[in-house]
Amino acid sequence: MGYLKIKNPGLLTTIQDLGRIGYQQYGIPVAGAMDRYALELSNILVGNNRYEGVLEMTFMGAEIEFNINTKIAITGANMKPTVNGENIEMYKTIYINKGDILKCNGLIKGCRSYLAVSGGFDICKVMESKSTYLRAKIGGLKGRKLKPGDKLKVNKSDYTLGVRKIPKDLIPEYKDEITVRVIMGPEEDRFTKKGINTFLEEVYTITNQSDRMGYRLDGEKIEHLNGADIISGGISFGAIQVPGHGEPIIMMADRQTTGGYTKIANVISYDLPYLAQLKPGDKVRFEKTDISNAQNLIKKRESKILKLIDGFKKEKVKPKGEIRNFKIKFKGKTFNVGVQEIK
Amino acid sequence: MNELRYLPSGDSSLIIEVGNKISENINKKIRDLVYCINKAKIKGIVELIPTYSTILISYDPIKISFNGLVEKLKEVEKNMKEIKLPEALVIHIPTLYGGEYGKDIQYVSKHNNITTKEVIKIHSEAKYLVYMLGFTPGFPYLGGMSEKISTPRLKTPREKIPAGSVGIAGSQTGIYPIDSPGGWRLIGRTPIKLFNLDREKEVLLKAGDYLKFYPIDEEEYKEIEKKVKSNEYQIKKTILEGDN
Repeated sequence: MGYLKIKNPGLLTTIQDLGRIGYQQYGIPVAGAMDRYALELSNILVGNNRYEGVLEMTFMGAEIEFNINTKIAITGANMKPTVNGENIEMYKTIYINKGDILKCNGLIKGCRSYLAVSGGFDICKVMESKSTYLRAKIGGLKGRKLKPGDKLKVNKSDYTLGVRKIPKDLIPEYKDEITVRVIMGPEEDRFTKKGINTFLEEVYTITNQSDRMGYRLDGEKIEHLNGADIISGGISFGAIQVPGHGEPIIMMADRQTTGGYTKIANVISYDLPYLAQLKPGDKVRFEKTDISNAQNLIKKRESKILKLIDGFKKEKVKPKGEIRNFKIKFKGKTFNVGVQEIK
Repeated sequence: MNELRYLPSGDSSLIIEVGNKISENINKKIRDLVYCINKAKIKGIVELIPTYSTILISYDPIKISFNGLVEKLKEVEKNMKEIKLPEALVIHIPTLYGGEYGKDIQYVSKHNNITTKEVIKIHSEAKYLVYMLGFTPGFPYLGGMSEKISTPRLKTPREKIPAGSVGIAGSQTGIYPIDSPGGWRLIGRTPIKLFNLDREKEVLLKAGDYLKFYPIDEEEYKEIEKKVKSNEYQIKKTILEGDN
């Protein structure tokens, strides 16, 4: 079986899929890709299940040697990827030959890049997911981030897969200052009117103490009505907690399952991928919207994705005719090569 | 009990607020509701997180809208009376108290002016409700400990507390599911694993279960430990008397 060899893992590269679903009731965080949209697009490009495990590379990407002929795709943050020194396109299926070296050469925009390999990684699932949850050291490769010398086994890729490309209107544009839309609550009534105005009018900066678990924000303090503590309750992706110090924390993929701070609002699902691409120093503002608007945005995008997948499926590369065998002499050695015409 | 409140938590989750305090009654209603919601198999529900006084329901907005889901949940609430609810389970936890396994038991007894024997008796007599799980994988938030053995936490937390340690923090008792740092006063240890990736059911407890500790000696501890390792140990579970 073929594999990938990690020559240099970059800053923080982990295997992530959609995360552990159904285990939060037992205190197990979901984990999974921070940017689920980029995760899906990368998988679609290589013919995988939309939520297959991929590599999430943070800030500084990896250098990887391929010990397999396969197809890959990179989405999310632009880390100037090259294969054997040549620039490659993002949001497009890339054919990889055994011995090729993929390298990331710096960060242009965004924060997290997603590398999908056709067929997916051949690793055991832990509680139905391949996602790495670093704090409890579960999932992914031994529950940790990748390090130099790691070998990741890869499943067989789909040989009928042609070159796919994501249309421009579906490729997100990342900025270092964004506005995300929120749905107010569930504890909106625990803040003063002034506090809510502060939250919706001020600009907040992502601090250095931000990671896969949560984004700590720096900015104008948000005033509570009567203290910041509530009885511990469940926390959803994008929930904005405001502890006693008044500065918001946005709960992300590795968030703990429950918490005891008031939540002023929740970032809408459609905007979460943009938020996941912010890095320390970037700025964010919050804009109020309603649930039906937020749910419509998600539905619209979903139908676009389904249409895209349908279109790709029709473009399958079909082999034509028999496999013909040839003997090839190269550098004194003789090779048997099978050739089949494809459409 | 007040009427249930349905609060949005973003566009893919909602919260059912059953009450706004920590009480066994409210938590029992949550256990019953979770049972009925699961049984109703509502299309679009992804998962439930039951906690002290609320349930967080995450759902797929492509399959069901907020209003659609609230409507279905209200139906479940209405039909609850007609459903036979299961009794609560009591999970029995063999515990070796004191010695190397429970280094702080003397402190707890001194702090409360009772003997260590009494500490063990009081701690192992009560049934503790698992209000919810969280904090670390499989960690139970337990209610029902007697004030007679309540003891403040350590001022400086220990760096590593072995999995299975049973401790007291204020008027709470708990078990550490995995090796972790912590400031609880340790009174004993169980050879049973609350969180075990090699087991089919990785997490032993669920919200709404009850726990009962029972004292064992070192010999029994070692025996159970062996059986746990080879996956042969049967954890004793009984039905809570007087429930429902």
